[in-house]
Amino acid sequence: MRQALIIARRELDGYFATPVAYVFIVIFLVLQGTLTFNAGDFFGRGQADLAPFFEFLPWVFLLLVPAISMRLWAEERRLGTIELLLTLPVTEGQAVIGKFLAAWAFCIIALALTFPFIITVNILGAPDNGVIACGYLGGVLVSGAFLAVGSATSAMTKNQVIAFVLGVAISFVFALSAYPVVTDFLDRNLPVLAEIARRFSVIERFQSFAQGLIRLPDIVFFASFIGFWLFVNAVVIDHDKAS
Amino acid sequence: MAALIEIAGLTKRFGSFTAVDDVSFRLDKGEVLGFLGPNGAGKTTTMRMLAGFVMPTAGSAAIIGHDVIAEPVAARRCLGFLPEGAPTYPEMTVLGFLCFVARIRGYAGRALAKRVAEAIALTQLESVRLQPIETLSKGFKRRVGLAQALLHDPPVLVLDEPTDGLDPNQKHEVRTLIRRMAPEKAIVISTHLLEEVDAVCTRAIIIAAGRVVADDTPAGLAARDPERRLEEVFRAITIPPSLRKAA
Repeated sequence: MRQALIIARRELDGYFATPVAYVFIVIFLVLQGTLTFNAGDFFGRGQADLAPFFEFLPWVFLLLVPAISMRLWAEERRLGTIELLLTLPVTEGQAVIGKFLAAWAFCIIALALTFPFIITVNILGAPDNGVIACGYLGGVLVSGAFLAVGSATSAMTKNQVIAFVLGVAISFVFALSAYPVVTDFLDRNLPVLAEIARRFSVIERFQSFAQGLIRLPDIVFFASFIGFWLFVNAVVIDHDKAS
Repeated sequence: MAALIEIAGLTKRFGSFTAVDDVSFRLDKGEVLGFLGPNGAGKTTTMRMLAGFVMPTAGSAAIIGHDVIAEPVAARRCLGFLPEGAPTYPEMTVLGFLCFVARIRGYAGRALAKRVAEAIALTQLESVRLQPIETLSKGFKRRVGLAQALLHDPPVLVLDEPTDGLDPNQKHEVRTLIRRMAPEKAIVISTHLLEEVDAVCTRAIIIAAGRVVADDTPAGLAARDPERRLEEVFRAITIPPSLRKAA
């Protein structure tokens, strides 16, 4: 774990050493703010909660989170530093976990910077702050899920654009899998799969967090989802790190 | 006593192409092995297998008795490795980068500061220690890679073209450094510069098309040519007889 944390720290410093971090945070806050205030009608609906905020959060993450994870491995491959990193006394698992933790910590920092929303609703009314905390926990888990996917796609290529597009595409499938677009199609053709698809919906599981429900199956789902994609990541790295 | 480096029957195939074909050698303390060969002969692939970065198709490699596949982390602890092209993280400063490597190698606090300071002194990086690596010249970047490999004073050093991109003075410094460390370590360097073999190596292996075609002392190799020119020996060994007339 010590090795993973050292790698995570280097990686996190790397985000802030370049403009990437600041551009990302500004874009994230502007996008999330605009959607919540305008599209979500934050003030007009006259309720002291963050429902519109949480409604848009996973979609904004879907678009932006793969932009954080895309460099994790693709950049190492492009620069050749993967050869340096993986010939230091670390295991591939430690490197995969370290990089993932750095990206996750970065997402959590960006999410934490939305705190003015919490202050705002607390000034304007008396919201249930438990529900809000629950929603944030869900947000952290959703970002972790998308990051794990993006980290695995980043390991597959040295081209960051490909890593980004693949990451968004795969995350999109899991985001959308409980929506009628997918389930209606499956109900008609493969009813067995429709039920499975519903269970794999990242967004549906997030919505129960946003309503203030922390359910064990959801936690287990996110933990196994992240674990699975990090495992894929490690397998890909192990299989063709030198290519 | 176990050899510091032991390679047996090492083979790597990429599809139907055989990059390294049944390479074997062992290296003891005090030896400096010059690894020679034309481009694409398999030098880098062999070194990568030794560092545990490329999985061999067949054969084995061990560093101080630690098999690089079965005990990769233990093997890498004893190894200082300079990969081809000396890759480093461009946005980090020299000091930040070396501190990162030192932490990964298990150093902390005062021991870490001492190790990093020593590595910086050995490779003469004092003047640029706070500069981002991407702003440095090629020679400095190469020395940062070298500093990273020397940092933990490893018993085994594997350096892929350590003097590539250095000016003649810097080359001289690096060779002096290698010679000074040599009695305590086993060192493998790959190079295209035949004078380098003469200057620092106690032994030279020439590989061509993945196979070892000569394994001798530099003096022994030179003696194969009537005029004792290493260059002629290298050409004679690595160019197939059928092509030699035309060349």
